[in-house]
Amino acid sequence: MMRASNTKSKGTRELSLIPNYVILSLFLLFAIGPLLVLLFNSLKNRAELGNNPLGIPTSITWDNYPRAWDVGNFSTTTLNSAILVAGTVAAVLLLGGMAAYSLAKLDLPGGNGLMLYLLVASSLPIHLFLVPLFFFWRQLGLVNNLFGLILIYIAVNAPLAIFLLRSYMVQLPRDFEDAARVDGASEWQVFTKVVVPLSWPGFLTVGLVVSLAVWNEFLLATVFLTDQSKFTVVTSYYNFTTQFSRDWTLTSAAAVMMIAPILVIFLIFQRQFIEGMTQGGMKG
Amino acid sequence: MGKPMTMEKSISTERLHDARASWRKGAFFRKKVLPWLFVTPILLINITVVLGPALSAGYYSLTDWSGIGAANFIGLDNFRRILLEDSSYKSAFLNNLIWLGLFLTVPIAMALVGASVISPIRRGALFFRLALFVPYVLPSVIVANLWRTLLDPDRGIMGWLTDQGLPGTDIALLGRQNTVLPTIAFIDNWHWWGFLMVLFLAGMQNISRDLYEAARLDGANRWEEFRDVTIPGIRPVLVFMVLMTAIWSFLTFDYIWILTQGGPAGASEVLSVLVYKNAFQAFQAGYASAIGLTMSFFVGIIISIFIVLRRRGWEI
Repeated sequence: MMRASNTKSKGTRELSLIPNYVILSLFLLFAIGPLLVLLFNSLKNRAELGNNPLGIPTSITWDNYPRAWDVGNFSTTTLNSAILVAGTVAAVLLLGGMAAYSLAKLDLPGGNGLMLYLLVASSLPIHLFLVPLFFFWRQLGLVNNLFGLILIYIAVNAPLAIFLLRSYMVQLPRDFEDAARVDGASEWQVFTKVVVPLSWPGFLTVGLVVSLAVWNEFLLATVFLTDQSKFTVVTSYYNFTTQFSRDWTLTSAAAVMMIAPILVIFLIFQRQFIEGMTQGGMKG
Repeated sequence: MGKPMTMEKSISTERLHDARASWRKGAFFRKKVLPWLFVTPILLINITVVLGPALSAGYYSLTDWSGIGAANFIGLDNFRRILLEDSSYKSAFLNNLIWLGLFLTVPIAMALVGASVISPIRRGALFFRLALFVPYVLPSVIVANLWRTLLDPDRGIMGWLTDQGLPGTDIALLGRQNTVLPTIAFIDNWHWWGFLMVLFLAGMQNISRDLYEAARLDGANRWEEFRDVTIPGIRPVLVFMVLMTAIWSFLTFDYIWILTQGGPAGASEVLSVLVYKNAFQAFQAGYASAIGLTMSFFVGIIISIFIVLRRRGWEI
């Protein structure tokens, strides 16, 4: 749509695309405008926010950041979130990678059945198994326990990770593995020494997508971590905004602190993120 | 991890037989057992967390379980209550349908327009694609609270519009029963449509330019090009996302819970919110399981409809 014909000169082509840029600018304003307001508000003092809640700050104050860090208990919540992300990603990459290796390279008997199971498991609504799972986890002492939530995150993220890693490993030529096997390597060694190093871009993509999913996750974290000392940045922010709902300078500064690391990592690895998330979307 | 095979030099028939057996056992181990050992850990975790509780939800849906203590079997009583007594279930289900209608139209239309206007440009294409995708990577709590402040009746956009003298803008969009649900959908969509746009864009970039040339030679205008070349070209991803949207619209939770918890007066309640409230606030875990089961049922119906249409030869 809206392609200029090849016969037209380059200048005409650029000119005919002006409506496209106009529409895109409106979309850009819609997508990024609210984030700019958030940044502006985090730099205002309360008096200025009262007079000017949407515009550019006339004077900049940084006080909101240390205040939000303390009041929001960020030192604890950041650590909790980091533990959840690190634990989940490590386990999903190792255990999901093993499963993907078995499916892609070991001709797992019943492999199609396993794929079907993973597909069904990944499309079951969380709200179906949430309730029994919660009371089961409570009996096991896994509620208000970061390890307990990590187990859940592993299970929930496993299907996507296995599908993506498997599709990556299937493309690898068998020559390298066979050479290693001829040299007497065990399957475990073939996996760790040959297949993982060759498919590391797949592992990077899955690691990034799972990290983001866990860092941002709300429902499970709300249900399974009710003790303030176990809050993640997300559940703590939820609590924080109900407590300080009128102090927008504080909630904006807290939000910027939460968003900044996500945006930096997203922009560095944007290709892997978009590839992983769109393929994840396509594979369910 | 293959089983070590030891064979001695001087071999009696018996020993040879043993060795063959152990080799065969080794082959059995390598071909049948070992692959499953690689799969077992994550499969066990998944079964413990997802399959086991999902199956037990089926059982608990037939009980009056409170979540603690014994669960008394009460047959289909929970489902009778859903069908005949619980008016909040009916209104929540209707809200899920409204949600479905909103998400099948607005984000898909926005994403199609966005992808169509980015697709032909070269300069700045990467920048726009990234910038429009950014809201999708933000956590729901941030997006929800950001828009709660932006839509604040006194200090937000609506307040500003009121100050400009625009009549009818002096309203709390999240506080009124007739505006709350579309408003939450709007906020959810703000973070969602960029994701769709990137998917559609990837599909459009795989369409051969020759098809556009051919359409132009036939005298097609831009709309006809879009209808006859672009849409068929991205049909697989379009259909898949319609399917996923239909499924997700029955599962939506985060934005509604964060912004209103289903209020005011149940005006933004959906099925997932009912599950949460019944299980963790009213301690009716059995009833909540029954509602969860009906959600899976609706998802199953949606998937079945797609499968049936495909079997009937619809090109989806």
